[in-house]
This record gives sequence, structure tokens and C-alpha cells, in this order.
Amino acid sequence: MTGDLSRFTGRFFAYGIKPRYELAEFLRQCYMIGNRSLPLVGLTGFIMGLVLTMQLRPSLVDYGVESQLPAMVGIAIVREIGPVITALIFAGKIGSSIGAELGSMKVTEQIDAMEVSGTNPFKYLVVTRVMAATLMLPVLVVLSDGISLLGAFLGVNIRSVTSFTLFFRQVIDNLAFGDVFPAFIKTFLFGFAVGIIGCHKGYYSSKGTEGVGRAANSAVVLSSIVIFIIDLIVVQVTDLIGIN
Amino acid sequence: METATQHITTKSDPAEQTPVIFIEHVCKRFGDNVVLNDFGMTVEKGENVVVLGRSGVGKSVLIKCIVGLLKADSGNIVVLDKDITSLDHDEMDKMRARVGFLFQSNALYDSMTVRKNLEFPLRRHWIESSRDEIDAMVLEALENVGLAHTIDMMPEELSGGMKKRVALARTLILKPEIILYDEPTTGLDPVTGKEISMLIVELQAKYRTSSIIISHDMHCVKLTASKIVLLMDGKNYCSGTYEALSRSTDPAVKQFFE
Repeated sequence: MTGDLSRFTGRFFAYGIKPRYELAEFLRQCYMIGNRSLPLVGLTGFIMGLVLTMQLRPSLVDYGVESQLPAMVGIAIVREIGPVITALIFAGKIGSSIGAELGSMKVTEQIDAMEVSGTNPFKYLVVTRVMAATLMLPVLVVLSDGISLLGAFLGVNIRSVTSFTLFFRQVIDNLAFGDVFPAFIKTFLFGFAVGIIGCHKGYYSSKGTEGVGRAANSAVVLSSIVIFIIDLIVVQVTDLIGIN
Repeated sequence: METATQHITTKSDPAEQTPVIFIEHVCKRFGDNVVLNDFGMTVEKGENVVVLGRSGVGKSVLIKCIVGLLKADSGNIVVLDKDITSLDHDEMDKMRARVGFLFQSNALYDSMTVRKNLEFPLRRHWIESSRDEIDAMVLEALENVGLAHTIDMMPEELSGGMKKRVALARTLILKPEIILYDEPTTGLDPVTGKEISMLIVELQAKYRTSSIIISHDMHCVKLTASKIVLLMDGKNYCSGTYEALSRSTDPAVKQFFE
């Protein structure tokens, strides 16, 4: 499977750089992938920020550092929780959707029909979706982080009173380049992984409706595992090069 | 009736006896399963050749090899004077504009309206036309199959017979010289199946196309075939007109006509 996925990824780069570029389909996919995920990502981000703040407060109160709550929540969300949770939700929503869509197109011969229409289905279906997933996940993570921090602001104000300006100044003052940059870079890798795995599972799904279901399911499972592996690798690499 | 080694001459105009498809010694296997084994056949210009055979003998594999969706392991497939086994990707795309393919499952794009489905091949083949010209071409193709009113409908809103007609309109929109039909009446009731068969004959006469029709629906075969090729054990077992084969005493042939 690793070999197949590597060859599939190689094909993505080979076809991706060669014209003709499917710009209209790429933009459509960006809209579909970004727009479809935004409500779910926003909602979960808001709840995540709120819950994280409420869970952290008792421990910080015990240590007498309650005032550090905005800084701690901000760093946790921006560095780790925001990118990883958003990527996992993205894998569940977009990875499964890509896997099922391409799997169903394969089963109903739509991919073959595209080929006999003179279209390279790999470029039209795979390259556009993978690129859209790679570019849209970072955007979603930035939005999700912002909404999470709004949730956190609400969480802080449940038990105490902090102004909006003071809360966000405290969050931003405590964020360093090493918190933001690696977190942002890894979101591109997460998006790429979700896109390429979803497309691979769908594009090579075995015939039949069972195969479509299996493609969607295994796209989510494998993407989720790969997200954690990428996260681990990025942490190690950024630690090694000293930007952690 | 004639055997594989003696390709028959049909009753078409002698001026049109140019083979548009010439297949010889084609072999195709999937693992240990030999599907086509030294298969050969020809399709003359303006001819409707029905490839008849039991399910799973490789009829669909054959036409997928002709259009390059599958690669034959060996042998020659010459389509419109070009050996498709040696064409590169761009040449194959140009060839595909001249060869239409009607899929068994219709293969309409679920996410597009009927209009977009028909426009898709036009745009992919870089046909330089204005919006009005494209609209006119789409409408003409739909009128040919009697479904102009479905232009803005989604495929899911169409019945099985309507989907088949729309798929046929999409196949015809590039005005191909050859059309390959993969079981065009499968899954349809007998009345709709007959309508589709009649439509194939009408459109073939109107656009003077040549066709290969994969089928085991004998009503469709009788209505459409100017020649029948019986595919058995991966070979061209025999070929001839419907009348000639229906009189055959060979049990392998007879079973299809009983």
C-alpha cells in the first residue's frame, strides 16, 4: 500500500506541473472544500476553545497563575490543538467525501467516460482536489484558531471579567515565531495528506458499492493516522533545527 | 455464416468497404484469466457490427481496448488508419474525439446538469465555439434523442431510458465517425430497449457512423446488426449476418437464437 501511495503521489507531482492546468475545477474545489468544512470547523473550534479554557482554569487557580490563562490557551490552540483537531475534522469530512465521490465515479464508469472525452481524469479529479485540500486546510485552521480564541474569551469571562482587548493582547504577546510558523507549515502537510489519501482510496476503490464505502472509511482512518505521524515528525524536525 | 478466418462481406455499398476498425491477433489477459486470445475482426465504413457472447467473455474488454481504456497485451488494433497501440497520449485524445463510447452504466456526471454533461466533451476537445454555438450543439444533440426539455435537469432526475438517451446525445455531440455501444439496452424494459435500438439505427443512418454494439439482447441485435461477431473462448468464433447465424446448426451459435 505504501508503494502504491508513493507512486500515486509521484504521479500527482508529475501531472501537477505539466499543463494543461484545470484552473476552473481547482477553484470550484477550493470553494467546495473550504465552504463545506467551514461551519463544522467553526463550531468545533468555538467549543474546543471554550472547553479547553474551562478545563484549564481549576489547575491554574490551584497554582495561583489564573492570570496566565489567556496565554496558555492561546499557545495550546495555535501550536497544537487548533491544527490537529481541525485537520482531523477535515479528514472526517473532506477525506471521506473525496474517497466516496471518486469511488462512486469509478464504479459508475464516470472516470472512464472522462478519459474517452479527452480529459486526463488524474489531472482533472486528483490534482485539483489535492491542491485545493492543501491550500484550504491552512485557511480553515487560521479561521478555526480565531474562532477558538473567541470561545476561550467567553470561557475566561464565565468566571471572571476580562476585556476583549486585554485577552487578545495577552494571547498575541505570548505567541512566538516558533509557536506560529511550524504550526502553520504543518497544516499544508496535513491538507496534502488528507487530499492525496482520499483521492488514492477513491481512485483505486474496488468495484461495487461496498468498495465505495470502504474507500471513504479507509480514507478517514489512514488520513487520521498520517496526521499524527506528520505532527510527530514536524515537532522533531522543528526541535532539531531550533525553531520550536 | 463464416468462421473467424473468413471475414464476410456484407451488403453495404462497395464504395464504402474501407475498414474503419481492423483488429488482428489481439490477446488480453488478467492474471491467469485469458479474456481475448488471438482475436480478430473488422468493421467496414457504415457498418453496425454486433459483438455477441455470453456474460464475462470479454466483450466490454474488447471495446475498451479499442478506445485505449485498456491496453491489449499483444496484437494490432487499427482505428481510422491509426494503430492505437502505438499512439501517445495526445494522439489518443485526438483519436477519441472521432470515436464515441456509450457506457453500459451511462456514466453521466452526477454533479453536472444535462447541459454541462453534453458541454464537457466539447470543451475538453478545445472546440472553439461561442456560447450560442455550444448551446445550439447541445440542443441539437438532445433533440436528436427527443429530450430537449431535460437540458437543465440533473441526471438523478431522469429515468433509466432517459439517462441512456442523454448518454447517447453526449456520445454524438462530437459527431464521431465510430460509436462503440456497451450493452445499450441492458437494464431497460423491452419497450424502452426497442426504442433505444431504433434510435441507434436512426442516428447511424443520419450521421453515417460505423458502430460496434456489445449486446446479448437478441431484439437489439436483430434490429441493429448488419453483421454479428460471436465472441467465444477469447476468439472470433464465427461471424455473419443475423439471418445467416440464426439458421446455423452449430449448438454454440444456435443457443443465442433460440
